[in-house]
Amino acid sequence: METVTPSHYLVLSLILFAIGFFGVLLRRNLLLVLMSLELMLNGINLALVNFSRTALNLDGSIFVFFIMTVAAAEVAVGLALLVALYKRRKSVFSEDMNLIAN
Amino acid sequence: MNTVDILFYFFATLSLGGGLLMVCSKHPISAAMFMIISLVGVAALFVLLEAFFLAVLQILVYAGAVMVLFLFIIMLLDVGPDGGKASKLKLISGLASAFSISLLIVIFLIIVQDSGWLTEGVTWSTVPESSSLTQGQNLIFSTGVKSFGYGLMTKYMLPLQISGFLLLAAMVGVIVLSKKEEKEAV
Repeated sequence: METVTPSHYLVLSLILFAIGFFGVLLRRNLLLVLMSLELMLNGINLALVNFSRTALNLDGSIFVFFIMTVAAAEVAVGLALLVALYKRRKSVFSEDMNLIAN
Repeated sequence: MNTVDILFYFFATLSLGGGLLMVCSKHPISAAMFMIISLVGVAALFVLLEAFFLAVLQILVYAGAVMVLFLFIIMLLDVGPDGGKASKLKLISGLASAFSISLLIVIFLIIVQDSGWLTEGVTWSTVPESSSLTQGQNLIFSTGVKSFGYGLMTKYMLPLQISGFLLLAAMVGVIVLSKKEEKEAV
């Protein structure tokens, strides 16, 4: 049978990114939108580690380190914003966040 | 098919299945649980790629801190199931479905058209055992933590400082956001 090559990992990370993108635009619960965003970042992380391992260059892995830092900060701020929004509008659904539209 | 291949397919299925179930699940709590499965799958794939430090970080930061934060907020807000319904904006949901499905079709077509691309294109090279951390200007990939520390303290010193500052800014921002409002604002 065929052995697993870097291309397999690349295809997997693309599919993970596609699933995450699907979730970000499709779900109406903002918590799930944030989670799908994390899934997209995971797909990108997997691709970066894969390239780093294939090229035997550490730069990609260090980028993954920074992406994780930024993702953690992003989730903290995003969830705080979500709680602040929930206090005002009593909802976490994206269609209720329409103050500017009205 | 050797052990590494079986492990790859197992954990790939785990991460993809977890991700799909997360996107499709009705209840936010079960979505978070599926997300944890997916993250652990990706961490195992990091181990297969010999990035052990990143695998540990993935478990600690993502599956540990981030998902616990998510679960905490879900339980705090007491979000019920939304029936897995999609957003009411038809244009955006159509666009999302079209983009994601076309991306998957492109991947499928590439695999079908050029079957050698998957198996014969790029191959692995073994991780060097040498004690030196750099090769000219480049940092060499290694399985240990030492090279990470060296890279962060030399080539990536400024980004490291900036990310530290970013964490501080995020912390201050979160404290300001979650403070109790003293008077009713507009």
